[in-house]
Amino acid sequence: MENNGAANGQARPRPFGLRHDAWGRLVLIDAEGRQHTGVEVVRAFPISDPRHGIAICDAKGRELVWLADLDALPASLVQQIKDELTQREFMPIIHRIVKVSAPIEPSEWEVETDRGRTSFVLNSEDDVHKLDEQRALITDAHGIRYLISDIEQLDANSRRLLERYL
Amino acid sequence: MNGTNEKWDALPISWHEEAAGQLEASETLLAWFEPDLDNRLSYARGLVVLTDRRLLSRRAQENGRASWESWPLTESMSLRTDEHGSAALLELADASGRLACWRYTAAQATAAQRLVQKWASWRRGQRAGSASERALAVCPSCGAAINADEGRCEACAAGPVKPSLSALFRLASFSRSRAGLIVLGFLLTLAATTASLVPPYLTRPIIDEVIRPWETTKTDNSSLAIWYLGGLAGAALLAWALDWAKLYVLAWVSERISADLRAKTYAHLQQLSLEFFGGKRTGDLISRISNDTERLCNFLSINLIDFASDVLMIVMTAAALLWMNPLLALAALCPFPLIVWMVARVRGRLLRGYRQAGAAWGAMTSVVADAIPGIRVVKAFAQENREIERFNASNERVFYSANRLNKVWSLFGPTVTLLTTCGLLIVWASGIWQIYLGRITLGVLTAFLALISRFYTRMESMIRMGSAVQRASASAQRIFEILDKKSNVPEPVRPIHPGRLRGKIELRGVRFKYGTREVLHGLDLIVEPGEMIGLVGPTGAGKTTLINLICRFYDVSAGAILVDGVDVRSFPVEEYRRNIGIVLQEPFLFYGTIAENIAYGRPGASRDEIVAAARAARAHEFILRLPCGYDSLVGERGQNLSGGERQRISIARALLIDPRILILDEATSSVDTETEREIQAALENLVHGRTTIAIAHRLSTLRRADRLVVVENGQIAETGRHDELLDARGSYARLHQAQMELVYGRDSSGK
Ligand SMILES: Nc1ncnc2c1ncn2[C@@H]1O[C@H](COP(=O)(O)OP(=O)(O)O)[C@@H](O)[C@H]1O
Ligand SMILES: [Mg+2]
Repeated sequence: MENNGAANGQARPRPFGLRHDAWGRLVLIDAEGRQHTGVEVVRAFPISDPRHGIAICDAKGRELVWLADLDALPASLVQQIKDELTQREFMPIIHRIVKVSAPIEPSEWEVETDRGRTSFVLNSEDDVHKLDEQRALITDAHGIRYLISDIEQLDANSRRLLERYL
Repeated sequence: MNGTNEKWDALPISWHEEAAGQLEASETLLAWFEPDLDNRLSYARGLVVLTDRRLLSRRAQENGRASWESWPLTESMSLRTDEHGSAALLELADASGRLACWRYTAAQATAAQRLVQKWASWRRGQRAGSASERALAVCPSCGAAINADEGRCEACAAGPVKPSLSALFRLASFSRSRAGLIVLGFLLTLAATTASLVPPYLTRPIIDEVIRPWETTKTDNSSLAIWYLGGLAGAALLAWALDWAKLYVLAWVSERISADLRAKTYAHLQQLSLEFFGGKRTGDLISRISNDTERLCNFLSINLIDFASDVLMIVMTAAALLWMNPLLALAALCPFPLIVWMVARVRGRLLRGYRQAGAAWGAMTSVVADAIPGIRVVKAFAQENREIERFNASNERVFYSANRLNKVWSLFGPTVTLLTTCGLLIVWASGIWQIYLGRITLGVLTAFLALISRFYTRMESMIRMGSAVQRASASAQRIFEILDKKSNVPEPVRPIHPGRLRGKIELRGVRFKYGTREVLHGLDLIVEPGEMIGLVGPTGAGKTTLINLICRFYDVSAGAILVDGVDVRSFPVEEYRRNIGIVLQEPFLFYGTIAENIAYGRPGASRDEIVAAARAARAHEFILRLPCGYDSLVGERGQNLSGGERQRISIARALLIDPRILILDEATSSVDTETEREIQAALENLVHGRTTIAIAHRLSTLRRADRLVVVENGQIAETGRHDELLDARGSYARLHQAQMELVYGRDSSGK
């Protein structure tokens, strides 16, 4: 796709700055010095490639900045973006599955995650999605997503509970 | 050399003799056609022959004789077919009126058209003085390309359904690669069967040499007894080990064979053309791939092995029986022929029953596969109950067809048991009698009873298997039905590899039929590489059909489509389609993430390329708004997205493969005007350097087009630029005016 020149213009990050205003909203100062209040930092591939492809969109969802690669940016800005992303993104990583209430859905799952112990309701087995050989994504009844980053690393009991869904 | 005969060579042999007399010395045969109806539409075989100077016709008379007529060809003559009715008509006319007409059924339609084509090309050749061209024809019933001079389709000429069991034998071709294991399994079966025969056989010596001597003479043969008991135990252990090995080996093989069969069936299904799927119900196909292969697997793993071991067992026991005491054996086997006769009677009924049951099951799956994707419509029209009833009705049919089988089966099973009990009874009776006469010992009788009861148990289980065999062969038939289908878009015998095309498209007299209904009536058009063509016209005009032909989802019925000067039928289908990007009227997304869907046509695409394509299709920003961005799941058929969003993803998908030919079939019809404008802007860059064919209802969408082609009733009505067409005040001008009225109201239409 060499010929979508129009789009590529955005792909080269131009100098910009980020700050929080008095209400805690994120403000982007673009290359022309214009301020955009209430912008959001989003990852394009939060699961398959979280480190690349990050966009900053305005409150209406229009893309203002596209960052193909964070490495090209000054370290302080990278830190700001990373902080913003951790603030925004909530996706617990499951370390251990303690209990699954019933063999048929909806079932209640008790899990230990990197953010502590929790339980959630799984609506259907379709909500457990195998991403690749190692990872699986579980979406609960509220739409909260849980990631299993390495199925092999789970203990035997967790793997046994998960087996049927994969 | 007999010149006359040679000239008539192309004719069916049965006509040679009769036709030879009609021919003049230097006349050459151009084409022939056999009308199969008379003018009152009764079946009657006739003949119409076109030569370079006359049209000859032979008609059967009522008195069984035939009469010949002929018309010298003149400039003013016309020959045409009319296939609107259920019986078609070939008509010969000149300026003064109709000269003759012939009636024929759809079976002869190709031949009639060939005659007319020959006539036309010969006439053209006459006028232009050039050599007549060879017409390419397509079988009207299956669409396969056929040799125009033969007019017979090999795909359709395939005979009726083959007899039942052969389908099962054809499974052998799938087993060939596993032959070693199958032989091993069979040998194990043989060994296991032999081992299991040892215990009943040992009964005789145990009774006669150990128990009876003790009972009658108090002779102590306990050392012998230990030997015999040891033998019994050993045989049991051996049988266990052999059974275990046999079951494992054969189960593995059968699971493997049915997995191969499933894979092959699915792969074959993917190769079939759209026309096949048009006539098939998804549920039925699913049921064939899942249910029927599963049944075959069960049959192969459980029944076939049992069947083989039963046959072996029966033969071996029968041999053992005969060897021990022929007279008793013959008595015991009395009911056997009766049972065989019964099996033969029931077999056909079972096969038909299972075929019906398989079809009923397929129909039931279809109801589900039909209703679930349409669930929104079902709910919107509050037709849940009707769907439930529809399902119940087909479920009842499944029950009914199973019940019919059960009726046969429930009577048959016990009858066999009754007969085998009779066999046992006979053994008891004649055994007792023979012991009475002192001809045999008690040991022989006991051994005999042990053997014969085994014989009849095996017999019974083998007969029960009869039903499994019929069930499996019904399943095998259903699978081979798919495997035997040929693609209507056949791969070329001598392919020309397209590589990366330039993108010049040429339509030459393109005609197309769905079944017998012709929807495209001879289209001619040349699209230069890089040109953008806008196709407009009322719905049902045949625009989508035309595109289906260009993409080679179907093949033309007559005429040809050339890309870069080569008939598309000469390209390998896959390589050709790799050059085409299509955005369809109804965007279809697969279960998976957005990124996977965009990269569907090029799984290896990098994330940057995916993002670039999404940007170009104006999909990027809405994707970023989704909770998982490009990693969001779209749900089955993309149901989690709106129509416009789906559409933009499918545009990105088409753009990602960077096609030489881009086809947009009302690609922007389900997006709002704002988005359409955005997509338009993106397309401006993208159509650049690609041959683009865009269909749109909103004429404003096509303002970038280099040329507009107006299609009406399967014909090209006009071509030209927007303003040229407006000036021409033809169909396009009318369409345009109608749209202006819609948008601005009636009064501004005049401007
Ligand atoms: N698969 C099909 N089988 C039979 N007839 C069809 C099929 N698809 C389309 N048709 C018929 O062919 C005609 C042309 O259809 P189509 O090419 O889809 O028109 P449009 O110009 O609206 O795209 C219509 O009359 C339609 O009913
Ligand atoms: Mg259409």
